[in-house]
Amino acid sequence: MSNKDYLKDITEIKNLMNKSSRFISLSGLSGIMAGIYALIGAGTTFWLVTNYSSGTLRLDGWVFRTVLFILFMVAFLSVVTGIFLTTRKAKKNGEKIWDTSSKRLIINFLIPLIAGGLYVLIILSHGKFGQTGGLMLIFYGLALINASKYSIGDIKYLGFIQITLGLIAALYPGLGFWLWVIGFGLMHIVYGIWMYIKYDRK
Amino acid sequence: MSIITNINKLFDHRIRLGIMSILMVNEYADFKMLKELLGATDGNLASHTKALEKSEYLRVEKQFIGRKPNTRYSATKLGKAEFKKHIEALEKLIHKT
Repeated sequence: MSNKDYLKDITEIKNLMNKSSRFISLSGLSGIMAGIYALIGAGTTFWLVTNYSSGTLRLDGWVFRTVLFILFMVAFLSVVTGIFLTTRKAKKNGEKIWDTSSKRLIINFLIPLIAGGLYVLIILSHGKFGQTGGLMLIFYGLALINASKYSIGDIKYLGFIQITLGLIAALYPGLGFWLWVIGFGLMHIVYGIWMYIKYDRK
Repeated sequence: MSIITNINKLFDHRIRLGIMSILMVNEYADFKMLKELLGATDGNLASHTKALEKSEYLRVEKQFIGRKPNTRYSATKLGKAEFKKHIEALEKLIHKT
């Protein structure tokens, strides 16, 4: 075998290791869209709270229920858009959307996320909602870092940023809303654009 | 000369090298997964896994998922060590020239 063949071997080994253990067809565009949904949701919430709830949020009113509904819609639309765009990209890459690597990615992403989601729901039912913004950021960050081992490694940096923002929100609960806007809105857009430029545009 | 001796003849084939690469980063891989990733035919893949199994580089487990038989493979300690030696030898060869 010549030198060139050995090099080809090494490249192929690297390729197979990545392809068999990581799901890399995550779409950068879906990050941008998730950020936009979050910004729209946050904007609507802000408008609702300043106009109909005199700037403070009470737990029993219709405003609060609407805010919860908006939050749910943001999450739902982000997931649907994410699945749609990722499926499209996987098809283009000739990668299967539902295989061992994508299953592993989703399971590892969901473990911290569901634990955190339940925790947030529980403390909300106790009437303490001052920390929810920070907690959502922290658990989402942990979910991203956990998932980064099974996907594009770069998403762990987004995870670190979310955790940092979440901890700041824990220190200054009054800023919780704005940190949430930065984390789920702005950072998703910035990150999505970066991923799009790095991986999607060829 | 010691470098050359570390080049493992058993790995001197694209499919075998591929099987080991996948098993280095995955705890398990079943026959179907290997087949899809390597783009090999059933017979071809079976003969290569058999060769690696014979030298105890990989472990084979046959089980049933529902009613379907499922064969899954994992790398043995020996297999992993030999694979690492082989890669290091390859890298040295590339850097030498």
